[in-house]
Amino acid sequence: MIDFKIEKKLHGTQGVMNLNIDLQIKEGEFVALSGKSGSGKTTLLRILAGLEKADATIKVGKKIWQDTKINLAVQKREIGFVFQDYALFENMSVEKNLLFVNNDKDLAKHLLKMTDLYELKSRYPNTLSGGQKQRVSICRALMKRPKILLLDEPLSALDTSMRTKLQNEIISLHKEFKTTTIMVSHDPSEIYKMASRVIVLEDAKIINDGLCKDVLLKTQGSQKFSFEGELLELKKVDVIYIAIVAIGQQLVEVVVSQNEIKGLEIGQKVRLSTKAFNPIIST
Amino acid sequence: MDFTPFILSFKLAGLTAFILFIISLPLAWYLSQTKSRIKPFLEALTALPIVLPPSVLGFYILWALSYNSPIGAFFENVLGVKLVFSFTGLVIASCFYSLPFMVQPLQSGFESINKNMLEASYIAGKSKLQTIFFVALPNMKPALITAIIVTFAHTVGEFGVVLMVGGSIEGETKVASVAIYEMVEMMDYSMAHLYSAIMIGISFVVLLSVYIFNAKQNRKFGL
Repeated sequence: MIDFKIEKKLHGTQGVMNLNIDLQIKEGEFVALSGKSGSGKTTLLRILAGLEKADATIKVGKKIWQDTKINLAVQKREIGFVFQDYALFENMSVEKNLLFVNNDKDLAKHLLKMTDLYELKSRYPNTLSGGQKQRVSICRALMKRPKILLLDEPLSALDTSMRTKLQNEIISLHKEFKTTTIMVSHDPSEIYKMASRVIVLEDAKIINDGLCKDVLLKTQGSQKFSFEGELLELKKVDVIYIAIVAIGQQLVEVVVSQNEIKGLEIGQKVRLSTKAFNPIIST
Repeated sequence: MDFTPFILSFKLAGLTAFILFIISLPLAWYLSQTKSRIKPFLEALTALPIVLPPSVLGFYILWALSYNSPIGAFFENVLGVKLVFSFTGLVIASCFYSLPFMVQPLQSGFESINKNMLEASYIAGKSKLQTIFFVALPNMKPALITAIIVTFAHTVGEFGVVLMVGGSIEGETKVASVAIYEMVEMMDYSMAHLYSAIMIGISFVVLLSVYIFNAKQNRKFGL
Protein backbone atom coordinates (compact mmCIF):
# COMPACT_ATOMS: atom_id res chain seq x y z
CA MET A 1 0.00 0.00 0.00
CA ILE A 2 1.24 3.45 -0.87
CA ASP A 3 -0.11 6.20 1.27
CA PHE A 4 0.46 9.88 0.78
CA LYS A 5 -0.79 13.21 1.98
CA ILE A 6 0.57 16.28 0.29
CA GLU A 7 0.13 19.97 0.91
CA LYS A 8 1.87 22.65 -1.07
CA LYS A 9 1.21 26.15 -2.28
CA LEU A 10 1.34 26.27 -6.06
CA HIS A 11 1.75 29.35 -8.15
CA GLY A 12 -0.45 28.54 -11.09
CA THR A 13 -1.81 30.63 -13.91
CA GLN A 14 -4.83 31.60 -11.80
CA GLY A 15 -2.84 32.76 -8.80
CA VAL A 16 -1.98 30.72 -5.75
CA MET A 17 -3.58 27.30 -5.40
CA ASN A 18 -3.29 24.90 -2.53
CA LEU A 19 -2.28 21.45 -3.63
CA ASN A 20 -4.11 19.18 -1.26
CA ILE A 21 -3.93 15.50 -1.96
CA ASP A 22 -4.71 12.50 0.19
CA LEU A 23 -4.39 9.23 -1.66
CA GLN A 24 -3.97 5.52 -1.12
CA ILE A 25 -2.77 3.32 -3.92
CA LYS A 26 -2.68 -0.45 -3.82
CA GLU A 27 0.51 -2.24 -4.61
CA GLY A 28 0.68 -3.17 -8.27
CA GLU A 29 -2.13 -0.81 -9.24
CA PHE A 30 -2.00 1.15 -12.51
CA VAL A 31 -3.38 4.61 -11.81
CA ALA A 32 -3.94 7.32 -14.37
CA LEU A 33 -3.72 10.96 -13.37
CA SER A 34 -5.79 13.25 -15.50
CA GLY A 35 -6.86 16.87 -15.52
CA LYS A 36 -6.25 20.16 -17.27
CA SER A 37 -2.72 21.44 -17.63
CA GLY A 38 -1.69 23.45 -14.62
CA SER A 39 -3.83 21.38 -12.28
CA GLY A 40 -0.82 20.04 -10.42
CA LYS A 41 -0.33 16.59 -11.95
CA THR A 42 3.37 16.94 -12.73
CA THR A 43 4.03 18.64 -9.39
CA LEU A 44 2.41 15.69 -7.63
CA LEU A 45 4.74 13.25 -9.40
CA ARG A 46 7.76 15.42 -8.66
CA ILE A 47 6.90 15.59 -4.96
CA LEU A 48 6.54 11.80 -4.84
CA ALA A 49 9.95 11.49 -6.49
CA GLY A 50 11.49 13.93 -4.04
CA LEU A 51 12.37 16.41 -6.79
CA GLU A 52 10.22 19.11 -5.28
CA LYS A 53 9.74 20.21 -1.68
CA ALA A 54 6.36 20.03 0.01
CA ASP A 55 4.76 19.28 3.33
CA ALA A 56 4.07 15.66 2.77
CA THR A 57 3.71 12.29 4.38
CA ILE A 58 4.67 9.52 2.01
CA LYS A 59 4.63 5.91 3.10
CA VAL A 60 5.48 3.12 0.71
CA GLY A 61 4.70 -0.27 2.18
CA LYS A 62 6.14 -0.15 5.65
CA LYS A 63 8.83 2.34 4.75
CA ILE A 64 8.42 6.05 5.37
CA TRP A 65 9.84 8.17 2.54
CA GLN A 66 8.80 11.49 3.95
CA ASP A 67 7.15 12.91 7.03
CA THR A 68 7.86 15.71 9.47
CA LYS A 69 11.19 14.17 10.51
CA ILE A 70 12.32 12.02 7.62
CA ASN A 71 12.86 13.20 4.08
CA LEU A 72 14.54 10.63 1.87
CA ALA A 73 16.69 12.13 -0.85
CA VAL A 74 15.60 11.53 -4.43
CA GLN A 75 18.54 9.12 -4.78
CA LYS A 76 17.22 6.95 -1.94
CA ARG A 77 13.60 6.70 -3.08
CA GLU A 78 12.98 3.62 -5.13
CA ILE A 79 11.28 5.20 -8.09
CA GLY A 80 11.43 5.11 -11.83
CA PHE A 81 10.55 8.28 -13.67
CA VAL A 82 9.74 8.68 -17.34
CA PHE A 83 9.86 12.24 -18.64
CA GLN A 84 7.79 13.53 -21.54
CA ASP A 85 10.98 14.63 -23.29
CA TYR A 86 12.75 11.28 -22.61
CA ALA A 87 15.77 12.92 -20.87
CA LEU A 88 18.13 10.16 -21.99
CA PHE A 89 21.83 10.48 -21.25
CA GLU A 90 22.96 11.71 -24.66
CA ASN A 91 26.59 10.73 -24.09
CA MET A 92 25.77 7.07 -23.51
CA SER A 93 24.61 4.30 -25.81
CA VAL A 94 21.17 2.76 -25.32
CA GLU A 95 22.62 -0.09 -23.29
CA LYS A 96 24.85 2.23 -21.22
CA ASN A 97 21.80 4.37 -20.41
CA LEU A 98 20.30 1.32 -18.73
CA LEU A 99 23.49 0.05 -17.12
CA PHE A 100 24.31 3.48 -15.68
CA VAL A 101 21.23 3.11 -13.48
CA ASN A 102 21.99 -0.43 -12.42
CA ASN A 103 24.79 -2.58 -13.73
CA ASP A 104 22.57 -5.63 -14.27
CA LYS A 105 23.36 -6.84 -17.79
CA ASP A 106 20.76 -9.62 -17.77
CA LEU A 107 17.93 -7.30 -16.79
CA ALA A 108 19.04 -4.75 -19.39
CA LYS A 109 19.08 -7.42 -22.08
CA HIS A 110 15.67 -8.71 -21.03
CA LEU A 111 14.10 -5.25 -21.07
CA LEU A 112 15.65 -4.35 -24.42
CA LYS A 113 14.47 -7.66 -25.93
CA MET A 114 10.94 -7.08 -24.62
CA THR A 115 10.76 -3.67 -26.26
CA ASP A 116 12.45 -4.66 -29.56
CA LEU A 117 15.43 -2.46 -28.81
CA TYR A 118 18.14 -5.08 -28.43
CA GLU A 119 19.39 -4.57 -31.99
CA LEU A 120 19.82 -0.86 -31.23
CA LYS A 121 21.73 -1.29 -27.98
CA SER A 122 24.95 0.33 -29.21
CA ARG A 123 23.21 3.29 -30.84
CA TYR A 124 23.26 6.75 -29.31
CA PRO A 125 20.04 8.56 -28.34
CA ASN A 126 20.32 11.25 -31.02
CA THR A 127 20.10 8.59 -33.73
CA LEU A 128 16.80 7.19 -32.43
CA SER A 129 13.21 8.14 -33.24
CA GLY A 130 10.92 9.60 -30.58
CA GLY A 131 9.18 6.29 -30.00
CA GLN A 132 12.47 4.44 -29.65
CA LYS A 133 13.80 7.05 -27.23
CA GLN A 134 10.73 6.77 -25.04
CA ARG A 135 11.05 2.97 -24.97
CA VAL A 136 14.67 3.33 -23.83
CA SER A 137 13.52 5.78 -21.19
CA ILE A 138 10.86 3.35 -19.92
CA CYS A 139 13.39 0.50 -19.80
CA ARG A 140 15.83 2.75 -17.97
CA ALA A 141 13.18 3.63 -15.38
CA LEU A 142 12.62 -0.08 -14.68
CA MET A 143 16.32 -0.94 -14.26
CA LYS A 144 16.28 -0.25 -10.51
CA ARG A 145 13.17 -2.43 -10.11
CA PRO A 146 11.43 0.58 -8.56
CA LYS A 147 8.62 0.44 -6.02
CA ILE A 148 6.73 3.10 -7.97
CA LEU A 149 6.94 3.95 -11.66
CA LEU A 150 5.99 7.53 -12.48
CA LEU A 151 5.15 8.34 -16.09
CA ASP A 152 4.73 12.04 -16.92
CA GLU A 153 2.74 12.19 -20.17
CA PRO A 154 5.07 9.61 -21.65
CA LEU A 155 3.30 9.21 -24.98
CA SER A 156 1.96 12.68 -25.70
CA ALA A 157 4.79 13.60 -28.08
CA LEU A 158 4.29 10.52 -30.26
CA ASP A 159 2.02 9.83 -33.22
CA THR A 160 -1.05 7.63 -32.93
CA SER A 161 0.38 4.35 -34.22
CA MET A 162 3.50 4.68 -32.07
CA ARG A 163 1.32 5.45 -29.07
CA THR A 164 -0.69 2.28 -29.55
CA LYS A 165 2.49 0.22 -29.80
CA LEU A 166 3.98 1.76 -26.67
CA GLN A 167 0.72 1.47 -24.75
CA ASN A 168 0.81 -2.27 -25.39
CA GLU A 169 4.46 -2.46 -24.38
CA ILE A 170 3.87 -0.58 -21.14
CA ILE A 171 0.94 -2.88 -20.38
CA SER A 172 3.06 -5.99 -20.88
CA LEU A 173 5.91 -4.52 -18.82
CA HIS A 174 3.41 -3.73 -16.07
CA LYS A 175 2.08 -7.30 -16.21
CA GLU A 176 5.56 -8.71 -15.84
CA PHE A 177 7.10 -6.35 -13.26
CA LYS A 178 3.87 -5.56 -11.40
CA THR A 179 5.29 -2.14 -10.53
CA THR A 180 2.83 0.25 -8.98
CA THR A 181 2.42 2.84 -11.71
CA ILE A 182 1.12 6.39 -11.82
CA MET A 183 0.76 7.81 -15.31
CA VAL A 184 -0.21 11.34 -16.27
CA SER A 185 -2.34 11.28 -19.41
CA HIS A 186 -4.96 13.40 -21.14
CA ASP A 187 -6.18 10.77 -23.52
CA PRO A 188 -9.33 8.97 -22.28
CA SER A 189 -8.85 6.01 -24.62
CA GLU A 190 -5.27 5.60 -23.41
CA ILE A 191 -6.37 5.77 -19.79
CA TYR A 192 -9.21 3.31 -20.34
CA LYS A 193 -6.92 0.86 -22.07
CA MET A 194 -4.04 0.99 -19.59
CA ALA A 195 -5.22 2.00 -16.15
CA SER A 196 -7.57 0.35 -13.71
CA ARG A 197 -8.23 3.53 -11.79
CA VAL A 198 -8.33 7.16 -12.77
CA ILE A 199 -7.86 10.25 -10.62
CA VAL A 200 -8.92 13.60 -11.99
CA LEU A 201 -7.31 16.76 -10.65
CA GLU A 202 -8.67 20.24 -10.98
CA ASP A 203 -7.10 23.33 -9.40
CA ALA A 204 -4.76 21.10 -7.41
CA LYS A 205 -7.58 19.06 -5.85
CA ILE A 206 -8.96 15.61 -6.58
CA ILE A 207 -12.39 16.04 -8.11
CA ASN A 208 -12.93 12.47 -9.26
CA ASP A 209 -11.43 9.14 -8.32
CA GLY A 210 -12.71 5.79 -9.41
CA LEU A 211 -12.75 2.98 -11.91
CA CYS A 212 -12.09 4.06 -15.47
CA LYS A 213 -15.50 2.98 -16.70
CA ASP A 214 -17.28 4.97 -14.00
CA VAL A 215 -15.28 8.13 -14.49
CA LEU A 216 -14.67 8.15 -18.22
CA LEU A 217 -17.72 6.67 -19.88
CA LYS A 218 -20.12 9.50 -20.51
CA THR A 219 -22.93 7.45 -22.01
CA GLN A 220 -24.79 6.89 -18.79
CA GLY A 221 -28.35 8.12 -19.11
CA SER A 222 -30.49 7.66 -22.14
CA GLN A 223 -27.94 8.43 -24.85
CA LYS A 224 -26.33 5.39 -26.31
CA PHE A 225 -23.84 7.10 -28.52
CA SER A 226 -22.29 10.35 -27.53
CA PHE A 227 -19.22 12.36 -28.43
CA GLU A 228 -17.83 15.63 -27.32
CA GLY A 229 -16.31 17.89 -29.91
CA GLU A 230 -15.63 21.43 -30.98
CA LEU A 231 -17.92 23.25 -33.36
CA LEU A 232 -15.79 24.51 -36.23
CA GLU A 233 -18.24 25.88 -38.80
CA LEU A 234 -21.93 26.37 -39.55
CA LYS A 235 -22.95 26.38 -43.22
CA LYS A 236 -26.31 27.13 -44.73
CA VAL A 237 -27.20 24.78 -47.56
CA ASP A 238 -30.61 25.52 -49.14
CA VAL A 239 -33.03 25.22 -46.25
CA ILE A 240 -30.89 23.26 -43.85
CA TYR A 241 -27.72 23.98 -41.96
CA ILE A 242 -24.61 21.84 -41.76
CA ALA A 243 -22.37 21.92 -38.71
CA ILE A 244 -18.76 20.82 -38.94
CA VAL A 245 -17.60 19.33 -35.66
CA ALA A 246 -14.12 18.15 -34.71
CA ILE A 247 -14.18 15.05 -32.52
CA GLY A 248 -10.64 14.19 -31.58
CA GLN A 249 -8.75 14.07 -34.88
CA GLN A 250 -11.90 13.39 -36.89
CA LEU A 251 -14.08 15.97 -38.64
CA VAL A 252 -17.78 15.19 -39.06
CA GLU A 253 -20.68 16.91 -40.79
CA VAL A 254 -24.04 17.01 -39.05
CA VAL A 255 -27.34 18.32 -40.33
CA VAL A 256 -28.97 20.83 -38.00
CA SER A 257 -32.27 22.62 -38.28
CA GLN A 258 -32.86 26.33 -38.04
CA ASN A 259 -34.18 25.89 -34.49
CA GLU A 260 -31.17 23.98 -33.33
CA ILE A 261 -28.76 26.55 -34.66
CA LYS A 262 -29.87 29.10 -32.06
CA GLY A 263 -27.42 29.29 -29.24
CA LEU A 264 -24.65 27.57 -31.15
CA GLU A 265 -21.39 29.44 -31.44
CA ILE A 266 -18.29 28.64 -33.42
CA GLY A 267 -15.58 27.26 -31.15
CA GLN A 268 -18.08 25.96 -28.62
CA LYS A 269 -17.83 22.53 -27.01
CA VAL A 270 -20.77 20.49 -28.25
CA ARG A 271 -22.03 16.98 -27.72
CA LEU A 272 -23.20 14.80 -30.58
CA SER A 273 -25.44 11.97 -29.57
CA THR A 274 -27.99 9.61 -31.04
CA LYS A 275 -30.64 7.53 -29.42
CA ALA A 276 -32.77 5.82 -31.93
CA PHE A 277 -30.56 3.53 -33.98
CA ASN A 278 -27.90 0.95 -33.42
CA PRO A 279 -24.46 2.04 -34.58
CA ILE A 280 -22.67 -0.30 -36.91
CA ILE A 281 -19.01 -0.94 -36.31
CA SER A 282 -17.03 -1.75 -39.40
CA THR A 283 -13.33 -1.88 -40.11
CA MET B 1 67.01 32.70 -29.90
CA ASP B 2 65.85 32.30 -26.29
CA PHE B 3 62.72 30.27 -25.81
CA THR B 4 62.55 30.74 -22.03
CA PRO B 5 59.86 33.47 -22.13
CA PHE B 6 57.59 31.20 -24.22
CA ILE B 7 58.16 28.23 -21.96
CA LEU B 8 57.43 30.47 -18.98
CA SER B 9 54.24 31.77 -20.61
CA PHE B 10 52.95 28.26 -21.33
CA LYS B 11 53.90 26.98 -17.90
CA LEU B 12 52.04 29.89 -16.32
CA ALA B 13 49.01 29.40 -18.59
CA GLY B 14 48.92 25.63 -18.02
CA LEU B 15 49.08 25.95 -14.25
CA THR B 16 46.51 28.73 -14.22
CA ALA B 17 44.09 26.76 -16.39
CA PHE B 18 44.51 23.69 -14.17
CA ILE B 19 43.96 25.55 -10.88
CA LEU B 20 41.08 27.59 -12.27
CA PHE B 21 39.36 24.48 -13.59
CA ILE B 22 39.31 22.99 -10.11
CA ILE B 23 38.10 26.23 -8.50
CA SER B 24 35.58 27.10 -11.21
CA LEU B 25 33.87 23.72 -11.49
CA PRO B 26 31.99 23.97 -8.17
CA LEU B 27 31.46 27.73 -8.61
CA ALA B 28 30.03 27.40 -12.13
CA TRP B 29 27.85 24.46 -11.06
CA TYR B 30 26.49 26.45 -8.12
CA LEU B 31 25.77 29.48 -10.31
CA SER B 32 24.01 27.32 -12.90
CA GLN B 33 21.75 25.58 -10.39
CA THR B 34 20.98 28.23 -7.80
CA LYS B 35 17.98 30.50 -7.65
CA SER B 36 19.46 32.38 -4.72
CA ARG B 37 19.40 36.15 -4.55
CA ILE B 38 23.15 36.38 -4.20
CA LYS B 39 23.62 34.86 -7.67
CA PRO B 40 23.80 38.23 -9.53
CA PHE B 41 26.33 39.51 -6.99
CA LEU B 42 28.54 36.47 -7.47
CA GLU B 43 28.17 36.73 -11.25
CA ALA B 44 29.12 40.41 -11.24
CA LEU B 45 32.08 39.68 -9.00
CA THR B 46 33.39 36.89 -11.25
CA ALA B 47 32.97 39.08 -14.34
CA LEU B 48 34.86 42.03 -12.84
CA PRO B 49 38.30 41.10 -14.29
CA ILE B 50 36.84 41.45 -17.81
CA VAL B 51 35.99 45.12 -17.36
CA LEU B 52 38.65 46.30 -14.92
CA PRO B 53 41.83 47.80 -16.37
CA PRO B 54 44.70 45.38 -15.75
CA SER B 55 46.42 48.16 -13.84
CA VAL B 56 43.62 48.28 -11.25
CA LEU B 57 43.63 44.52 -10.85
CA GLY B 58 47.42 44.47 -10.83
CA PHE B 59 47.61 47.21 -8.24
CA TYR B 60 45.31 45.44 -5.78
CA ILE B 61 46.94 42.08 -6.30
CA LEU B 62 50.35 43.64 -5.88
CA TRP B 63 49.21 45.25 -2.64
CA ALA B 64 47.53 42.06 -1.38
CA LEU B 65 50.56 39.90 -2.09
CA SER B 66 53.08 42.37 -0.72
CA TYR B 67 54.50 42.48 2.78
CA ASN B 68 52.12 45.39 3.59
CA SER B 69 49.01 43.19 3.57
CA PRO B 70 48.15 40.41 6.04
CA ILE B 71 48.11 37.84 3.24
CA GLY B 72 51.54 38.71 1.91
CA ALA B 73 52.95 39.02 5.44
CA PHE B 74 51.56 35.60 6.35
CA PHE B 75 53.13 33.94 3.32
CA GLU B 76 56.48 35.61 3.90
CA ASN B 77 56.73 35.21 7.67
CA VAL B 78 55.09 31.81 8.18
CA LEU B 79 55.69 29.97 4.93
CA GLY B 80 58.78 31.82 3.85
CA VAL B 81 57.43 32.47 0.37
CA LYS B 82 57.80 35.85 -1.25
CA LEU B 83 54.81 36.38 -3.54
CA VAL B 84 55.57 39.63 -5.35
CA PHE B 85 57.96 39.46 -8.27
CA SER B 86 57.91 35.66 -8.18
CA PHE B 87 56.39 32.95 -10.37
CA THR B 88 54.02 31.87 -7.55
CA GLY B 89 52.71 35.43 -7.35
CA LEU B 90 52.17 35.43 -11.11
CA VAL B 91 50.10 32.24 -10.91
CA ILE B 92 47.89 33.75 -8.18
CA ALA B 93 47.45 36.98 -10.17
CA SER B 94 46.63 35.06 -13.36
CA CYS B 95 43.98 33.04 -11.51
CA PHE B 96 42.15 36.26 -10.65
CA TYR B 97 42.68 37.75 -14.07
CA SER B 98 41.40 34.71 -16.03
CA LEU B 99 38.64 33.56 -13.65
CA PRO B 100 35.68 34.75 -15.79
CA PHE B 101 37.06 32.99 -18.86
CA MET B 102 36.79 29.66 -17.05
CA VAL B 103 33.61 30.24 -15.04
CA GLN B 104 31.40 31.72 -17.74
CA PRO B 105 31.67 28.99 -20.43
CA LEU B 106 31.34 26.30 -17.76
CA GLN B 107 28.29 27.97 -16.29
CA SER B 108 26.53 28.35 -19.64
CA GLY B 109 27.50 24.75 -20.44
CA PHE B 110 25.85 23.52 -17.24
CA GLU B 111 22.83 25.72 -17.91
CA SER B 112 22.43 24.30 -21.41
CA ILE B 113 22.00 20.78 -20.08
CA ASN B 114 18.44 19.52 -19.95
CA LYS B 115 17.40 19.69 -16.28
CA ASN B 116 15.44 16.47 -16.69
CA MET B 117 18.64 14.68 -17.71
CA LEU B 118 20.27 15.71 -14.44
CA GLU B 119 17.15 14.72 -12.50
CA ALA B 120 17.09 11.36 -14.28
CA SER B 121 20.60 10.82 -12.95
CA TYR B 122 19.57 11.70 -9.39
CA ILE B 123 16.60 9.36 -9.70
CA ALA B 124 19.01 6.68 -10.86
CA GLY B 125 20.61 7.07 -7.44
CA LYS B 126 23.65 9.05 -8.55
CA SER B 127 25.11 11.79 -6.35
CA LYS B 128 25.68 15.35 -7.53
CA LEU B 129 29.38 14.67 -8.04
CA GLN B 130 28.71 11.54 -10.12
CA THR B 131 26.09 13.46 -12.10
CA ILE B 132 28.55 16.28 -12.85
CA PHE B 133 31.31 13.95 -14.02
CA PHE B 134 29.33 11.24 -15.82
CA VAL B 135 26.32 13.13 -17.16
CA ALA B 136 26.86 16.91 -17.19
CA LEU B 137 30.48 17.31 -18.33
CA PRO B 138 30.41 14.66 -21.10
CA ASN B 139 27.34 16.38 -22.56
CA MET B 140 28.95 19.82 -22.72
CA LYS B 141 32.31 19.05 -24.29
CA PRO B 142 32.36 22.20 -26.46
CA ALA B 143 31.83 24.40 -23.37
CA LEU B 144 34.43 22.41 -21.48
CA ILE B 145 37.05 22.72 -24.21
CA THR B 146 36.24 26.39 -24.75
CA ALA B 147 36.65 27.12 -21.04
CA ILE B 148 40.02 25.40 -20.73
CA ILE B 149 41.55 26.61 -23.99
CA VAL B 150 40.32 30.19 -23.78
CA THR B 151 41.57 30.44 -20.19
CA PHE B 152 44.92 29.08 -21.33
CA ALA B 153 45.09 31.42 -24.31
CA HIS B 154 43.94 34.43 -22.32
CA THR B 155 46.66 33.83 -19.73
CA VAL B 156 49.31 33.55 -22.45
CA GLY B 157 48.07 36.89 -23.78
CA GLU B 158 48.08 38.68 -20.43
CA PHE B 159 50.42 41.64 -20.06
CA GLY B 160 49.47 44.45 -17.69
CA VAL B 161 48.85 42.40 -14.58
CA VAL B 162 51.94 40.28 -15.21
CA LEU B 163 54.11 43.34 -15.58
CA MET B 164 52.82 44.92 -12.38
CA VAL B 165 52.89 41.81 -10.19
CA GLY B 166 55.83 39.96 -11.67
CA GLY B 167 58.06 42.61 -13.07
CA SER B 168 60.49 41.24 -15.59
CA ILE B 169 62.84 38.82 -13.94
CA GLU B 170 64.72 36.66 -16.40
CA GLY B 171 63.62 33.01 -16.17
CA GLU B 172 61.21 33.75 -13.33
CA THR B 173 58.56 36.26 -14.39
CA LYS B 174 59.65 37.43 -17.82
CA VAL B 175 56.95 35.83 -19.95
CA ALA B 176 56.67 36.24 -23.72
CA SER B 177 54.41 39.31 -23.70
CA VAL B 178 56.72 41.14 -21.28
CA ALA B 179 59.79 40.08 -23.28
CA ILE B 180 58.29 41.57 -26.45
CA TYR B 181 57.51 44.82 -24.64
CA GLU B 182 61.13 45.06 -23.50
CA MET B 183 62.48 44.36 -26.98
CA VAL B 184 60.36 47.17 -28.38
CA GLU B 185 61.55 49.49 -25.63
CA MET B 186 65.15 48.62 -26.47
CA MET B 187 64.31 49.07 -30.17
CA ASP B 188 65.28 45.47 -30.94
CA TYR B 189 62.60 45.36 -33.64
CA SER B 190 63.78 42.25 -35.44
CA MET B 191 63.50 40.10 -32.31
CA ALA B 192 60.17 41.76 -31.42
CA HIS B 193 58.90 40.83 -34.90
CA LEU B 194 59.99 37.24 -34.50
CA TYR B 195 58.49 36.81 -31.01
CA SER B 196 55.26 38.51 -32.03
CA ALA B 197 54.89 36.38 -35.14
CA ILE B 198 55.36 33.24 -33.05
CA MET B 199 52.68 34.47 -30.61
CA ILE B 200 50.22 35.13 -33.44
CA GLY B 201 50.91 31.74 -35.00
CA ILE B 202 50.44 29.78 -31.78
CA SER B 203 47.34 31.72 -30.73
CA PHE B 204 45.70 31.23 -34.11
CA VAL B 205 46.36 27.49 -34.15
CA VAL B 206 44.96 27.11 -30.62
CA LEU B 207 41.77 29.04 -31.40
CA LEU B 208 41.33 27.31 -34.74
CA SER B 209 41.51 23.90 -33.12
CA VAL B 210 38.86 24.91 -30.56
CA TYR B 211 36.48 26.03 -33.30
CA ILE B 212 37.11 22.92 -35.40
CA PHE B 213 36.51 20.71 -32.39
CA ASN B 214 33.27 22.51 -31.49
CA ALA B 215 31.99 22.33 -35.06
CA LYS B 216 32.65 18.58 -35.08
CA GLN B 217 30.88 18.11 -31.74
CA ASN B 218 27.86 20.07 -32.91
CA ARG B 219 27.63 17.99 -36.05
CA LYS B 220 27.86 14.82 -33.96
CA PHE B 221 24.94 15.90 -31.78
CA GLY B 222 22.96 17.04 -34.79
CA LEU B 223 22.87 20.72 -33.90
